[in-house]
Amino acid sequence: MTDAETRRGLCTDGPPRRSLRLGLLVVGLTALLLAAPIRMHAQTDCLACHADKTMQDSAGHNIGVDAEKFGSSIHGGLKCNDCHADIKEYPHPEKLKKVQCDTCHADQASKLAGSVHADSKEHPCTSCHGDAHSIFPKSDNRSAVYPLNIPRTCGNCHSNNGMAQKHGLDSVYPSYVDSIHGFALSKEGLLVAANCQSCHGSHNILSRKNPQSPTFKTNIPNTCGNCHAKITADYFNGVHGKALAAGNKNVPVCSDCHTAHAILQPTADAFRSQSTPICGSCHKDKFSTYRDTFHSQLGSLGGYVQTARCWDCHEAHEVRPTADPLSPVNPANLITTCGKCHVGANKSFVQYQPHANAHNRTMNPALYYIRLFMNLLLVGTLTFFIIHTILWLIRARFDQIRKKAAQGGKNA
Amino acid sequence: MPDQEQIVPPVVTPTPAPQRFFKRFSPGQRYMHAVLFTTFLGLAATGLPMRFSESLWARGFAGLVGGFGTILFFHKFCALVLSITFLIHVRDIFSRAFVHREKGVFWGYSSMVANWKDAKDLFGHMLWFVGLGPRPHFDRYAYWEKFDYWAVFWGMIVIGFSGYAMWFAPFFATFLPGWALNAALVIHSDEGLLAILFIFSIHFVNTHLRPGSFPMDMVIFTGVESEEEFEHKRPLEYERLVREGKLEARLGEAPGSWQLNFSRVVGFTAIFIGLLLLVLTLSAYFI
Repeated sequence: MTDAETRRGLCTDGPPRRSLRLGLLVVGLTALLLAAPIRMHAQTDCLACHADKTMQDSAGHNIGVDAEKFGSSIHGGLKCNDCHADIKEYPHPEKLKKVQCDTCHADQASKLAGSVHADSKEHPCTSCHGDAHSIFPKSDNRSAVYPLNIPRTCGNCHSNNGMAQKHGLDSVYPSYVDSIHGFALSKEGLLVAANCQSCHGSHNILSRKNPQSPTFKTNIPNTCGNCHAKITADYFNGVHGKALAAGNKNVPVCSDCHTAHAILQPTADAFRSQSTPICGSCHKDKFSTYRDTFHSQLGSLGGYVQTARCWDCHEAHEVRPTADPLSPVNPANLITTCGKCHVGANKSFVQYQPHANAHNRTMNPALYYIRLFMNLLLVGTLTFFIIHTILWLIRARFDQIRKKAAQGGKNA
Repeated sequence: MPDQEQIVPPVVTPTPAPQRFFKRFSPGQRYMHAVLFTTFLGLAATGLPMRFSESLWARGFAGLVGGFGTILFFHKFCALVLSITFLIHVRDIFSRAFVHREKGVFWGYSSMVANWKDAKDLFGHMLWFVGLGPRPHFDRYAYWEKFDYWAVFWGMIVIGFSGYAMWFAPFFATFLPGWALNAALVIHSDEGLLAILFIFSIHFVNTHLRPGSFPMDMVIFTGVESEEEFEHKRPLEYERLVREGKLEARLGEAPGSWQLNFSRVVGFTAIFIGLLLLVLTLSAYFI
């Protein structure tokens, strides 16, 4: 029976029973009124004491609650004992049980239990969501997990002297804040800029060694591809992506070149300067011959970063074999590729070998003999004249001393 | 005063007529040498960091001056100035020989062109080093001076040509094969290195630091040398001038003290920079 039906019943019933019912009602209401002080219903009852923000328990913990803030928080509509479930009466026991968020948030709790943050002592919900009485929806900029606030929230532990240090983890927060993602987030306030959870997830964060993790090596291209769709498609068209798809784990994925956290703007000087050794860490022979050319000599001195890096010629993501007609270093495309920097590049110009090895007689005979001749000229000339000069010095000094001794005069 | 007469050492040096100085290099030649060594030091200082771009000092230096852009700019600037100087020199030689019909530019005792006597002098000089013969009598230009000259001349052409081939690579590629551009860097950097090592060790020692010239041969700065030095270093030329009665025509003015001081500052700076670069170069190999 609804309230309305009850009321109707009261009204339509005949007069003989009326007094009895009225009596019962009075008794009931009295009982209810008597029960009120011991059964708390509303926040106001608790806030009668806990609104005092300086309130502390015997252990010195702050137990005051900002009523206004709590009221506007995501849990503002709940009664205190919805969470503090062991409070049934007043006065309540001094020592209360820990609030169990999983009573309501069972899904998140089970994900968390399977994650790297499973230890709930070190990682209580509040370590990420902030003060229990001021939790806001993640779309609210007051929330600790609002996209623009997430890095700082995670950084509480994952930075210098943070909790993560205890587990031997890198201090990634400083790297992130100086990265292109960090800048987009902190300087531009871009909500779409990748923050920690864009790549790592939130409750179900897994170690990068776990094949289910979005940061597991083979999953990284798709994780980055959530935002960088075109580049991921290019990557899978290239040799590295194809090899990865075929199960070869010895190929670079996004983070091998761009790093995971300290990602730089790829056109920036700093990245251009550090990029070639990254390719060179696998392509050692190509890197060593590259270093013999002025592309490298110019580049390694800094302040002048326009000189060709690996990916200026080979493409960064869609790296194709030279034999592929779509490769920028396919002989048919060289005039266009070299012409990007060298205005006027012609058929003869592109015969230049950016990876020539002057020490390899079979591959570069002309260069080999030219280098040999130049080296012999250098060594021969210097050897002859060093001997010549040393002998001369000895003889001249000998004569000088003899003359000095004979004359007692000054040096000739 | 009789007391003082006894204190003076008994060497018979009656205050002679003030020492005479004779012209050896014209102002034009001295200016050319000044431009040559200034731009050469500039080219070496900017070229070595490129050649040894992996070494710490190269990167440190590059960082100090503003990176590779600055280095390459100064390298090209010095190269242009030196090229122009070289072309002026070549033009002078041809105008002396063919316009003014000056004799002995290409042949003879005052020519820079090597001759049979130079070969004999080289051999004789080496014998003298080890005490197996008399010291050869040199003429206006000794064989090692001619070698210095032609080393620079050859270097100018080889380093210059390969340098411009890299600077204007697409243009040079219109008439050179592609691999020549690869060769250009090998030639340019090896020949440059040879020039640097040669000048900063052999030339410095032979011309400036050896006993007899130590600490510096000032003739290239002042243009004149003392009669004593002239007679000792180039007896053949000296005797010829005396014989032909042309010695007085070569008389020059004694260098002023400001000129000597200025030359010393410039010269020692150049030698210091050169030796520093030499040490850095060798350190790139051995450290």
